[in-house]
Amino acid sequence: MSTDRVTFGGRLLPAALIAPQLTIVGLFFYWPALQAVWQSFQMQDAFGLSTEFVWLENYRALFTDPGYYRTLGTTLVFAAAVAGLSLGFALLLAAMADREIRAGGLYRTLLIWPYAVAPAVAGVLFGFLFQPGLGIVARGLNDLGVPWNPLLNGDHAMILVVLAAAWKQISYNFLFFLAGLQAIPASVIEAAAIDGAGPARRFWTIVFPLLSPTTFFLMVVNVVYAFCETFGIIDVLTHGGPGRATQTLVYKVYQDGRIGADLGGSAAQSVVLMAIVIGLTAIQFRYVERRVAY
Amino acid sequence: MAPTTTIRITLAALGLAAASPALAVTELQWWHAMTGANNDAVNRLAEEFNAAQGDYKVVPTYKGNYGETLNAGIAAFRAGTAPHIMQVFEVGTATMMGAKGAVKPVYQLMKEAGEPFDPNAYLPAITGYYSTSKGEMLSFPFNSSSMVMWVNKDALKKIGLGEAPRTWPELFAAAKALKGAGFPNCGFSNTWVTWLHLEQLSAWHNVPLATRANGMDGLDTTLEINGPLQVRHLANLAEAQKDKTFDYSGRYDSGFGRFTAGECPIMFGSSGSYGNVKGAAKFDWGSAPMPYYPDAPGAPQNSIIGGASLWVMGGKKPDEYKGVARFFTFLSDTNRQAALHQSTGYMPITKAAYEKSKADGFYDRNPVLEVPLKELTNKPPTENSRGLRLGNLTQMRDVWAEEIEAALAGKKAAQQALDEAATRGNAMLRQFEKQATPR
Repeated sequence: MSTDRVTFGGRLLPAALIAPQLTIVGLFFYWPALQAVWQSFQMQDAFGLSTEFVWLENYRALFTDPGYYRTLGTTLVFAAAVAGLSLGFALLLAAMADREIRAGGLYRTLLIWPYAVAPAVAGVLFGFLFQPGLGIVARGLNDLGVPWNPLLNGDHAMILVVLAAAWKQISYNFLFFLAGLQAIPASVIEAAAIDGAGPARRFWTIVFPLLSPTTFFLMVVNVVYAFCETFGIIDVLTHGGPGRATQTLVYKVYQDGRIGADLGGSAAQSVVLMAIVIGLTAIQFRYVERRVAY
Repeated sequence: MAPTTTIRITLAALGLAAASPALAVTELQWWHAMTGANNDAVNRLAEEFNAAQGDYKVVPTYKGNYGETLNAGIAAFRAGTAPHIMQVFEVGTATMMGAKGAVKPVYQLMKEAGEPFDPNAYLPAITGYYSTSKGEMLSFPFNSSSMVMWVNKDALKKIGLGEAPRTWPELFAAAKALKGAGFPNCGFSNTWVTWLHLEQLSAWHNVPLATRANGMDGLDTTLEINGPLQVRHLANLAEAQKDKTFDYSGRYDSGFGRFTAGECPIMFGSSGSYGNVKGAAKFDWGSAPMPYYPDAPGAPQNSIIGGASLWVMGGKKPDEYKGVARFFTFLSDTNRQAALHQSTGYMPITKAAYEKSKADGFYDRNPVLEVPLKELTNKPPTENSRGLRLGNLTQMRDVWAEEIEAALAGKKAAQQALDEAATRGNAMLRQFEKQATPR
């Protein structure tokens, strides 16, 4: 990398140039985040008529609740399954769409469409397909002898939300994988082909390593997505049930804060969630990135 | 009350005073959660009231479903812009009551405004839910429903039943027969799982759901949902779930379509589903009271209501309160109540309106609409059947449902599931108590 840097003479111009961005980030990210931290030290009734500063009581209540650790475990399983499934499928689809095929542009466009579907709508769609008794897929499963019932079977419910959440993210991953694949020089692959390497070998020894920066980036994005943005899907499909089988951290924040009107407790959970996501991202950058070949 | 809130309310009041010129029509904001035909009914009521007098103008605004309306009201109150009248569902009652200073009790409002108001004119089974233990009415009942058993009469005929089962043992037997008569996936089912299998079950059998008269007498209430009756009932359900004599349809009311689609021949649901059933069911249908266990002493008692009431928000001007009081008097008018009841299917709130509908022969033509009224007025309410006042009930219902689901899935025994539901619920009650009473 070149060490030459373009520098500005004064201080005013660069400050003015980054001011809008900083304002937006400050106003919409740091301000609410600090508010959450502040609220997490308080206990309030729903109407805000009485507020009490309780120091770390909300956190203590959280960390002494065995249910919270279970929710954390559920979230980890959910995030790993969603990220793994959507990355795997997207990579497969991208590798297929990257070849010279008739109407390739059409396939590529169609594969991107699901990204425009809102999470709640994706939830409704999967709800229709998998509703016991009425959904097409659910009926098919029943005919095959699988007693499909996500209303009572926690594993079924988990499979359902994972499928919906992963499906929704495949398009996004596909887009990046496709761009990554197209950036790999054809000459390298052709050379390997001439040397007698088959398609599978070419993929695993050349394409996959060269694609690793994209894969790494997507892994971070997908984990954050599964942790924070899948609320709508869970709310529409399972409401965190049955039992607490699909209650993830972000869904619990909603349940306690919005339905339960326990602002302090749910603020404490948000702060913990924030810390976990920051921590995971940091770990990924520190350890996984080392093994990425740029 | 926090000083900032007082200042905000004062400022809001001053702002309003400055903004409204003398002799102008006073606007009264009414936030509600009614959709479809019920939304039309709300708008019609406001129009009629506005046309009937010239001093006040009621402005109804739809604010989303019950939960969203409550949240919108709470947020508005925090910002000092609360509406005058807010429609709150019955499970939000304790939340509203706990907010002293945020709400204006209806009995006080009517007294201060000098409106004629006789609490005894209203059906006690309905107003009891919204009154203090001394009988002081806190909010004004608006739309009330109860839980009934919707039945597919064509299906019952197939198994040789002329009328709906009256007891739980009869119902389980009928459901088993129905399963073999073309309904393999669902003998019977229900919506609002905790409302039926815990709340109504307890009231209908005159057993407590919680101490202190189900929370009516104080915040220091603890749950008794793990009593012998509730445990026995849940165990029966879990057993029936195994072969789909009973089939679970989720926590809320999204499973109701299984009845109208003909998949479940018996479905428990709100009496407010009347319009839905009438429009969608392609078979001969009817409704019947909830079943009971015949060996339970005194059963059936009376059912408890669902639906919503109108809360008057605090911190408004006396003149505005006068207008709200006049609006409530207007709503209580016998002819208006009877018409509202007959057009929406919700229950009338005054005794006179009920008597009038009877005299009109309305129930001879629409027997289905009298079923919830008969359930509600079956016997004079007791401590166990007057209503519920449990803080954080919306979320607590989810917690109870989680444990019921575990029992139905065979993961926990009925006793264990309800014990844990009680333990977790009690923790939430203590949390609510702590938040509601400043130390």
